[in-house]
Amino acid sequence: MAKYLLLKHYRGAPAAVNDVPMDTWTPEEISAHVQYMNDFAARLEETGEFVDGQALAPEGTFVRYDGEGRPPVTDGPFAETKDLIAGWYVIDVDSYERAVELAGELSAAPGAGGKPIHEWLELRPFLTAPPTITE
Amino acid sequence: MDEALLRSLTPDVLGILVRRGADFAAAEDAVQDALVKAVRVWPADPPRDPKGWLITVAWNRFLDAARADTARRRREDLVDEEPAPGPAPAVDDTLWLYFLCAHPSLTPPSAVALTLRAVGGLTTRQIAQAYLVPEATMAQRISRAKRTVSGVRFDRPGDVATVLRVLYLVFNEGYSGDVDLAAEAIRLTRQLSAAIDHPEVAGLLALMLLHHARRAARTAPDGSLVPLAEQDRGRWDTEMIAEGIEILQAALARDRLGEFQAQAAIAALHADAPTAGETDWVQIVEWYDELARLTDSPVVRLNRAVAVGEADGPRAGLAALAALDDSLPRHTAVAAYLHERDGDLEKAARLYAEAARKAPNLAERDHLTRQAARLNAHRPH
Repeated sequence: MAKYLLLKHYRGAPAAVNDVPMDTWTPEEISAHVQYMNDFAARLEETGEFVDGQALAPEGTFVRYDGEGRPPVTDGPFAETKDLIAGWYVIDVDSYERAVELAGELSAAPGAGGKPIHEWLELRPFLTAPPTITE
Repeated sequence: MDEALLRSLTPDVLGILVRRGADFAAAEDAVQDALVKAVRVWPADPPRDPKGWLITVAWNRFLDAARADTARRRREDLVDEEPAPGPAPAVDDTLWLYFLCAHPSLTPPSAVALTLRAVGGLTTRQIAQAYLVPEATMAQRISRAKRTVSGVRFDRPGDVATVLRVLYLVFNEGYSGDVDLAAEAIRLTRQLSAAIDHPEVAGLLALMLLHHARRAARTAPDGSLVPLAEQDRGRWDTEMIAEGIEILQAALARDRLGEFQAQAAIAALHADAPTAGETDWVQIVEWYDELARLTDSPVVRLNRAVAVGEADGPRAGLAALAALDDSLPRHTAVAAYLHERDGDLEKAARLYAEAARKAPNLAERDHLTRQAARLNAHRPH
């Protein structure tokens, strides 16, 4: 088994094919999209490949240490150029091929006009613990 | 196997162990072991005296652990620091446990976890699942909490307001898992109201019942939120509403108003209306004024602005809203709603979309996005 992170972006990924802001879809199209996402997560759980799924707020802050006895420095809101993560799934799958297949399914979620969004999703393998037997 | 019975005995058994001289942390571990054993043994061999059985098993567990711990304890010198448990015949064990688990020295998440385990009899795993954290994290949180309160004296009265805040958190911020935390919060508040005669305890219980009664109508089959005005009132639990109102009226009659009674009164006025259009908004605004006097919380003022918008029209609501800090959570969502009522659909759509971006959870985000979409669908792009 291998774990992968499926990253969804608010911005920073290449533009989706069907790239229309959600608040200009019809309410029915939004419902269909939400339903598809719920079904996707439920399917992952049924197949035993689901590890985690979370969504993130678009706002955030950069924080860094500013030396002994001083409070950390914060810098926000994010600049318009920053890549912005919207959320993720962590999946545990048999193979890279299966991970690609699932990412493709997620990218096919319906959007404006009921057509797939064709959103670009980022697929990242986890670095894992070393195996017991190496020779 | 009556799990509800088993869990309702938890605080009693724990109280008795502490009264016999066990320190709280060790007693709590022993009771937890006894509960686990009961779940295993009782279905095939139910005891004649469940409480007596639990006390015996837990006490033996405690003694075994104490013997095994003696060496380690000497190293830690805990014995010297341990205050002698005072005899406290006047203090009800259950009540004392509630106060201990909601002790002011604990952070809210720790108090919540400790209450669910020590008073509610839930396992660490169940609590971890309910709050979506790893079991090891929750175990650590609970054992740190137990260490924090281990020196609290048995005979010191606690603060009922702290306990109510903890129970309110359990009811309001419970997530998911195989335990229904809202129902659990109601059970614990019921148990507390049996142990202490206090109008605010009754007020909180009424508030929980009145909200819980609407649960089936709050979400659509696809999981989306259904606003109060659009809920199918035929799906509200009328028996639970009647019980909540009865408890509330008895509490209000004692003329010691507090924030939970006032919140429950508002919930009761919503529950009383056969249709959304028949809601007595004027009286709701009056209750919000009471609530603002009691708590002065910005959230109350925001909700009051919504009620004013219903009672005196959207312009009045917007005027009330203008007096509030616009960085408040849900401020933008309220503004969007009031502008829509006022007929400014373009502004409302823009504000709904902005509110969706600021939403604190997915259900609200989807709901607000749908609201924007609904308004945008009627306008030429």
